[in-house]
Amino acid sequence: MKFTLPWLREHLETEAGAEALAERLTGLGLEVEEVADPAARLAGFTVARVREARPHPNADKLKLCEVETRSGVVQVVCGAPNARSGMYGIFAPEGTVIPATGQPLKRAVIRGVESRGMLCSAWELGIGEDHEGIIDLEGGWEIGTPAAEVLGLEGPVIDLAVTPNRADCFGVSGIARDLAAAGAGSFRPRTITAVPSTGTPGPDIRLAFPAGAENACPAFLGRIIRGVRNGPSPPWLQRRLRAIGLRPISALVDITNYVMFDLNRPLHVYDAAKIRGDLVLRFARPGERLLALDEREYELDETMVVIADDTGPVALGGIMGGESTGVTEETTDVLLEVALFDPPRVAATGRRLGIESDARTRFERGLDPAMLLPGAEYATRLILDLCGGEAGPAVLAGRVPETRREIRFRAEQLPRLAGIRLEPEEMVRILEALGFGVAGGPETYDLTVPSWRHDITTEACIVEELTRLHGYDRVPPVPVTRTEAVGRGVLTPDQRRRVQARRRAATLGYLEAVTWSFVGEEQARLFSDGEPIRLRNPLSSDLSVLRPSLLPGLLAAAARNIARKQETGALFEVGPRFLGAGPGEQRTAVAGLRFGAFAPRHWDVPRRPVDAIDAKSDLYALLADLGVRVEALQIAGPPSWYHPGRAATVTLGPNPLASFGELHPGVLEAFDIELPVVAFEFDLEALPRPKAKASKTRPPLEAWPFPPADRDFAFLVDADLPAEDLLKVIRSADRRLVREVRLFDVYTGPGVPEGKKSLAVTVRLQAQDHTLSEGEIERVAHHIIEAARSRLGAELRG
Amino acid sequence: MEEQRERLEGELLAAIAAAADLRALEEIRVRALGRRGEVTALAKAVGRLPPEERRAAGQAVNALKRTVEEAIARRRAELERIELERRLARERIDVTLPPRPRPEGRVHPVSQVTEEIVAILADMGFAVAEGPDVEDDYHNFTALNIPPEHPARQMQDTFFLEAEEEGAPLLLRTHTSPVQIRTMLAGRPPFRIIAPGRVYRRDYDMTHTPMFHQVEGLLIDRRTHMGHLKGCLIDFVRAFFERDDIPVRFRPSFFPFTEPSAEMDIGCRRGKGQLVVGAGDDWLEILGCGMVHPRVLEGVGLEPDVWQGFAFGLGIDRLAMLKYGIPDLRTFFEGDLRWLRHYGFVPLDIPTTYGGLSR
Repeated sequence: MKFTLPWLREHLETEAGAEALAERLTGLGLEVEEVADPAARLAGFTVARVREARPHPNADKLKLCEVETRSGVVQVVCGAPNARSGMYGIFAPEGTVIPATGQPLKRAVIRGVESRGMLCSAWELGIGEDHEGIIDLEGGWEIGTPAAEVLGLEGPVIDLAVTPNRADCFGVSGIARDLAAAGAGSFRPRTITAVPSTGTPGPDIRLAFPAGAENACPAFLGRIIRGVRNGPSPPWLQRRLRAIGLRPISALVDITNYVMFDLNRPLHVYDAAKIRGDLVLRFARPGERLLALDEREYELDETMVVIADDTGPVALGGIMGGESTGVTEETTDVLLEVALFDPPRVAATGRRLGIESDARTRFERGLDPAMLLPGAEYATRLILDLCGGEAGPAVLAGRVPETRREIRFRAEQLPRLAGIRLEPEEMVRILEALGFGVAGGPETYDLTVPSWRHDITTEACIVEELTRLHGYDRVPPVPVTRTEAVGRGVLTPDQRRRVQARRRAATLGYLEAVTWSFVGEEQARLFSDGEPIRLRNPLSSDLSVLRPSLLPGLLAAAARNIARKQETGALFEVGPRFLGAGPGEQRTAVAGLRFGAFAPRHWDVPRRPVDAIDAKSDLYALLADLGVRVEALQIAGPPSWYHPGRAATVTLGPNPLASFGELHPGVLEAFDIELPVVAFEFDLEALPRPKAKASKTRPPLEAWPFPPADRDFAFLVDADLPAEDLLKVIRSADRRLVREVRLFDVYTGPGVPEGKKSLAVTVRLQAQDHTLSEGEIERVAHHIIEAARSRLGAELRG
Repeated sequence: MEEQRERLEGELLAAIAAAADLRALEEIRVRALGRRGEVTALAKAVGRLPPEERRAAGQAVNALKRTVEEAIARRRAELERIELERRLARERIDVTLPPRPRPEGRVHPVSQVTEEIVAILADMGFAVAEGPDVEDDYHNFTALNIPPEHPARQMQDTFFLEAEEEGAPLLLRTHTSPVQIRTMLAGRPPFRIIAPGRVYRRDYDMTHTPMFHQVEGLLIDRRTHMGHLKGCLIDFVRAFFERDDIPVRFRPSFFPFTEPSAEMDIGCRRGKGQLVVGAGDDWLEILGCGMVHPRVLEGVGLEPDVWQGFAFGLGIDRLAMLKYGIPDLRTFFEGDLRWLRHYGFVPLDIPTTYGGLSR
């Protein structure tokens, strides 16, 4: 919502300048986005007189002007056809920034003649369209008078962001009322007097809505004014509209815009001669079309309110008029429309048709019904004043709805909710200045809500009004402190695990990414057998379904990095994934992936691609940290998006817990990745819950004093034997004495028969209560060899 | 004998000094002090002297023995030192070689800043609550006093799912405010919670992404008013930005679920494409807040004449951008390794109020 300072001052008596008022407005909740002063841009421009204009010696179309300026006579080369001796114009000296171009004016030599400064056109000053001729001031001005004064510019322009609740501030008068209530001046409502009818009525107007839908248009006033002359509007009106960014069109149209911004009362004018028959307000019929004033044709449906004549729709209620009945320079009989439309319906229609208009903005937020009749009188008066003619009687269809609402306000609510106290007189002053009717007090007030404040519905709204006018900055802050002396932990166990998983993954070398919760449907299908959870209105096809896994987002990120030559990396994410749309089908997943080489090239680190065991190592470190007994984990076949021979599902008892491994080449191809990628993933919800323990005591340390003995074994086993099987057999060979089993070599090659592999293991033996004798050690070693042979066919390598 | 002793001393000391290495020194030791050594032999010879000479001769030989032993010990230490020096010279490596890589992961700024926010507000007694990303119309809109015709409910702002519940499409929550409703419906007052999480709006341009992060705050008891709201948030922003001189301003605003409503601005300076938080000539909006609307309280079964309090919602990503000078929101979600290394946080830099929020 834009307005100018002089315009505001017609409604508000105040000495305050634009900046001071802007600060007050922002403090009132009417946030000022910009204060622009077009006069400031014209600071260097002044009145000058062309003493003599003679032909340029070297060019037919140019003139050589001797110009009397504030700082003496200068020579200017001018191309304007209207430059002539004795005229007064606006002069820009060298160095002035020209508003239209933003460039500073330089001294120039034009066709061999020096030119120092410029005589300006309206276009160059940014105040009009005319750039053919230079400004030709009427009457004798004193040389050196500032241009802003001579051109009668509107002064500072203030741009407000109006919140949806403050429909009343889409008019200058509403803004002035708020400022006055805040003590920034005194409110001067427009004096509006009735314009008597001196003619015959215009077309008849009928509301034709089905029962129950009457509120689509509760009231519609039409008033005919005959014999008008519709030329350009007067300069003051054009200037004002232009200052707020509107293009002056003709007096009649400019009046409707003016009243809309002045009183927040949108209007429409029809060329009465072009209306066929009477006007009917009704819902559009399927298939009806309207060529609107924006020169676009719209297809209407039966939810939209139209104003129709015998030919069909001639305007869209509350949004835009139609081309066929629009006013032109030739219009002599005009029908003025002042109406009320159902706000949600206006909003829906505007949205469906994609029309943003100033009228729609106001109708959809809700107008002051009580302004319908005064608005009509005011507009009629302006039309008569500016265009002449004779007004007929107003024809009102429907009736202006009764909007009187009352709120009982307990004064104690102000300190209770806002933490401030106001004197009763001050409360009454504020409320009355805002337009409330106030009765009762001082404990309880019976308030009548002004007809323009649809947003005031509860006592809390009154608290807001009083606090707002008093000033939010004058509410004293009070600290919020916790109730217990020592703060307790506020995270749930699940929240703690999320934090821990994240920081643990980062210590393992992973960079945390945050990727979209949605992915493309094809990507989702690669990671889930379930039905994709589709959005109705996705932004694009690659963000169209909720992700069933974090891996597609991470893979897409990996692919982008690889494309940028970042070919070695590790990414992880902790975030939601979705098994279904229903409640309880969201999981907090942890997933990580490594791609390319395990580490960047380095003089002492063997260069190798990432492999499944990298992912497994990271996964197990994470799970161990999150309280999972990783010794108890078991391995099963992997999900379909992994390499079937280089990946696994990790289970704990019967429950799948996690998966890891190399991704399936088909999946990588879908992401255009040609480097190896390994990944792990699990849901935090799948992990066993840490038990809430009453005691924090740990079990005693088992650090036995008797020396351990280490024995190494190398076994030849079938090449496809899982190493884990051998380790298990060795561990269980003597549960009492075998303390630790470590696989330290896996070998195939010369010396190992085809179809076999060598697994070398070191075993640490230790007894709790004595030093092991050679005999005991030999016996355990024998058990180990025997068990491996009999249960796995393993042979001790010679 | 005295002559012999003197000659021997001269010879042995010269030999010891000349010993080139430990082995040669050991040979000398055996030659002198071994069972058949020359000094040993001399000592034995003392026994054969007449008794009146024995005492003096014995003392002289013992002195010789000590002198030789000491000379050997000294020479040994010296030779060992030379040996060690030689070894150390041999063992020299190029210590300018680049170190072996160690894991260098990073935590995303959104996670870090979320933890910073939680640390501050936990210190004021707020607990962390959660709710689902997929919401229904009731929790996201109706219960928050957002009327059916509100623009936020239209397709251009909210992501709706194909899936429906009770005839209305499910949706991705457009704010963390539904967690207020879930918390109040599930528990009994008083409430003091914050709820960080992902939120979704159908918007993608220079300054908007379809997904971003918010923290919701809710404090409901029998006495909390706007003064507390201001106190809480002023303390919060000063703690968060780790500066006591940040100017703050509360402006009236509008949200359907609060009344009175406010927006909070902090002071800033703009220039050279950078925005610096702190005293300056400009204001920057950072959060919306207000007293919980009586209709919201009624909707969750709380009597508005008894229970009262405030709610606020702030953008985590935006706070991260402001505090750490990250210029572009869209880059948060690209997973660019270079960006993550640059703007990410060392995993053990865990924000706390006692240790400081950040370095």
